[in-house]
Amino acid sequence: MTAAPESGLMACPECDRLHIDLPLRPGEKARCVRCGTVILRSPYWRPDQMLALVMAALIAFLLANACPILELRVQGSISRATLLDAILALWREDRQMVAALVFATGLLAPLADLLAMTALLAAVLTGRRPAYFAPLLRLIQQVRPWGMIEVLMLGVLVSLVKLSHLAQVVPGVALWAFIALTVLLAAVLSYDPRCLWQLPAGRKGAA
Amino acid sequence: MTTALSRGLWACRCCRRLCRPSAGNGSDAERCPRCGATVRPRKPDSLSRTWALLIAAAILYVPANLLPVMQTSSMLGSSRDTIISGVVYFWTSGSPGLALLIFSVSILVPLIKLGALAYLAFNVRRPGAAGPHGLGRLYRVVELAGRWSMLDIFVIALMVGMVRFRTLATIEAGPGAAAFGAVVVLSMLAAASFDPRLLWDASGPSSHEH
Repeated sequence: MTAAPESGLMACPECDRLHIDLPLRPGEKARCVRCGTVILRSPYWRPDQMLALVMAALIAFLLANACPILELRVQGSISRATLLDAILALWREDRQMVAALVFATGLLAPLADLLAMTALLAAVLTGRRPAYFAPLLRLIQQVRPWGMIEVLMLGVLVSLVKLSHLAQVVPGVALWAFIALTVLLAAVLSYDPRCLWQLPAGRKGAA
Repeated sequence: MTTALSRGLWACRCCRRLCRPSAGNGSDAERCPRCGATVRPRKPDSLSRTWALLIAAAILYVPANLLPVMQTSSMLGSSRDTIISGVVYFWTSGSPGLALLIFSVSILVPLIKLGALAYLAFNVRRPGAAGPHGLGRLYRVVELAGRWSMLDIFVIALMVGMVRFRTLATIEAGPGAAAFGAVVVLSMLAAASFDPRLLWDASGPSSHEH
């Protein structure tokens, strides 16, 4: 298989219509003329700014998973749990499938996405294109649809309401960290790492 | 109408690079010269895979809604909750907004998603009145909305993890939770194996341009 001589072309992922690949300004989007799908999203942020966002998201991720989400108080006894505690409790109750699903979508996929983004952006900023560049980009494409932090966030809020009927609920550090993580991750996920292919190795700044 | 395929070009699903398959190759998988991903002209066996996953999800939708997803035991006795009784609980306990939210994402969204995918897979060769535009839009909405069905799974996991008062009360996940999780995963895989480009392939060269 060879690279197309028409390398200045691009196909719509939803309808396969061919387009000429013109450079976009930062923040601009390219839509398919036939079906209207967004084909390309030029990043609003430069790679160095993106790296800062990804690092901030990683810190929020760490806090969100290391600290208890909520603390429940009933008649003097206290119960608190992190996300991992909840997953382990499910596992021990023989709900391994549900535990694995929550682990994969709420923890593993977002973490893999963030770590891969860190490695890619760091490589781009040092102007290299190391051997792991293409595999990591493939990993992000595979993993991204399964990261569901925003759904998990809503789940935390719903269980907060549900639990407040049963006991006195004290929000934990992780609750605030989850809110921060949801916002930061929304910004990180709006960055299509495919645009990193467009950056010539050795040059800083957005394509 | 110029599509990549009509020019003999295959688009890499991973990095979007257009590739020219080696001479004589009609549909065998090749490697993207830029990112190394597998490149095919269209997703392999798109419709059969979509149907298979769809049917599996539809079958599991029944136990997901009939079996209890959560079992609460406390000093006051024990109770079993299905998805719908969880919705009723929110409705009667003064949170109609939350009841509507859970009802939409846990019951309506999977149902609409299964129905819409079946409609797409069935009508892919003859887009009919809606045309490839309407069906393409339907596909994008279905693909985006499906993930929110995971909400109930997360709520169950958090409730199980949080309520750990050995003597006072414990909550356990019921068998319905596993079935429901499987419905969400299978329907996401079904949506991912459907190739929306087939909608446009069928519409032929004289298709709707705007």
